[in-house]
Amino acid sequence: MKFNFAFLDENTKKEIRRKILKAIAIPGHQIPFGSRELPIARGWGTGGIQITLSIIGKEDILKVIDQGSDDSVNAVNIKKFVEKVAGVKTTTDTKKATIIQTRHRIPEEKLRNDQILVFQVPLPEPLRIIEPSERETRRMHAEADYSSMWLYLYESIVKFKEITIGASYPVMVNKRYIMSPSPIPRWDIPKLNNAECLYLFGAGREKRIYAIPPWTTVEPIEFEDFKFRVEDFAGNVCHECGSKDTFLNEIIDEASGKRIWLCSDTSYCKKVKYGGEIEANT
Amino acid sequence: MGYVAVKGGREAIENSLDFLEFLRSNGSLEPISIDQIKNELHFLVDRVMSEGSLYSPDLAAIAIKQSAGDTFEAAFILRAYRSTLPRIGYSTTSETKEIRLLRRISSAFKDVPGGQFLGPSTDYSLRLLDFELLEEDSAKARERFKRFLEKIPENIEIPEEFPKLIEILRKENFVVSKDIVTKDKELFDVTKNSLSFPSPRSATLQTMARGETGGMLLLAYSNVRGYGVSHPTIGELRVGYIKFKIKHPFKDKEITFAEVLITEAELLSKITKAEGEPKFQVGYGVCFGHNETKAISMAILDIAMRAEKVMYPSEDQEFVLSHIDGIESMGFVNHFKLPHYVTFLSEFDRLRKSKKESIKNEI
Repeated sequence: MKFNFAFLDENTKKEIRRKILKAIAIPGHQIPFGSRELPIARGWGTGGIQITLSIIGKEDILKVIDQGSDDSVNAVNIKKFVEKVAGVKTTTDTKKATIIQTRHRIPEEKLRNDQILVFQVPLPEPLRIIEPSERETRRMHAEADYSSMWLYLYESIVKFKEITIGASYPVMVNKRYIMSPSPIPRWDIPKLNNAECLYLFGAGREKRIYAIPPWTTVEPIEFEDFKFRVEDFAGNVCHECGSKDTFLNEIIDEASGKRIWLCSDTSYCKKVKYGGEIEANT
Repeated sequence: MGYVAVKGGREAIENSLDFLEFLRSNGSLEPISIDQIKNELHFLVDRVMSEGSLYSPDLAAIAIKQSAGDTFEAAFILRAYRSTLPRIGYSTTSETKEIRLLRRISSAFKDVPGGQFLGPSTDYSLRLLDFELLEEDSAKARERFKRFLEKIPENIEIPEEFPKLIEILRKENFVVSKDIVTKDKELFDVTKNSLSFPSPRSATLQTMARGETGGMLLLAYSNVRGYGVSHPTIGELRVGYIKFKIKHPFKDKEITFAEVLITEAELLSKITKAEGEPKFQVGYGVCFGHNETKAISMAILDIAMRAEKVMYPSEDQEFVLSHIDGIESMGFVNHFKLPHYVTFLSEFDRLRKSKKESIKNEI
């Protein structure tokens, strides 16, 4: 069975590219789009994949990561799918990729202005935790009525002495829209601010596309007297490469029962451990 | 150790897929044929076409075989295939009074113009487990068909049109006018646009026609059982084949390009004064294939969502339409199986800090 280049028919890809352009023009604002069904389940990255399929060309080099890892089941599956329908080259090297599709992480290495990071977004609406109705949240965004979001943070501090939002920490984009950065850890939030690269966000099930263009102000929401803070690794270093400036995964070692810490960005970890270039085109 | 557990995806995935493929037929050397699925599991085929939003018994049968009978998976495979097909155009409006009828009933009147036809239905069957099916073979099947065919009288006239009961009642001013029900000027296609609320009626009906039977049944049942006020009467339920036509690109005529099996339900309920004088509200349900549970559930929800004041989930358009899609809901619920260790660690960090602060405070 033959499918069109990059699976989706050309009209669909064109429509999605138009929505992407609109999203770039209004940073942080969610643009509805006619999300298509893919052979990969809703909730498994279909928004990100539709963006990737719509912008990818024959010359592109694709990297796909899930939780920072190139070898995670979902990442492998998506990469296999895009390889099959678009026949593009793939890599695990962050530096060599032109398009990186990600679930829940931003790579440790700084991205350049010729690179695009495509996020898979499960819940695009940052206000959903305080308001279940889409009709109502759209109104709140339109009027920049974010008071209940601030109240939510305040109540969380009163109740738990801490803001309990872990990943998906809401950010203010271009001083206008509160946006969900997708479930990336707070560790990655500062990388969104004034970045060189283009960030695109796709939510397939919820049918929304949004974007952060290069050099856009992105600030985590915080109080003057209760600041945003990233995850605390309590001085632990990566067990494999010794990095102490990366986001670490906590693993319980089966043999000793001890906690071990490893870089979540597996490509970066290998580079640090073995030095320099790693094998492209896996 | 640890590092390997995080890596090593590819081979494990391949093995998982091989195992699944083996289990599809469980090692059976007599694989089920596509024709067998189409003929003997036709309610399943109908359900998958309806939820998969693509009318093709052949493709639906393949999807059912491929998914070993999982309706969610089969509908999902069909939907994914649908995404690869360019949309060439829209059919003209089909009049469902023109129908090659299988079944037509009304529970509102003892007799209706055009007559009632029970057709094939499980409604009148005793649900006794039929142990004779254990030994069904081709000889027995042939005998059964013969008996059935012999009973059919020759030369019976079958009308090509059956009047719509709702239209008769509407003419007599007992049913709300079409303007109350539909305010759309043009078609809103949910496969090309994302829904917004309040959603136009064409989008509402389209979303429900693609909805998951079980999910719609649950919401409709909640409405008629107590979390809602409608107790509808089935004005008319019909099952049969209707024609889809498209405008000829150059000539001023319509061309039939498909004949599809549908189930259509029109319900009467809730007296309303929306047009001044009291009239019945009408609820409409239609879906591909023979699936009466779905068509009736859809019609109930159609009425429920027109409630003047939203009091229950089944009356809330956003609630109903956002949650009845089988492909979306099963996808999202299943995605929790994906690794979440980064997000979990991020939350864990919050928990640790909150715990530390709380203990500090108690001291």
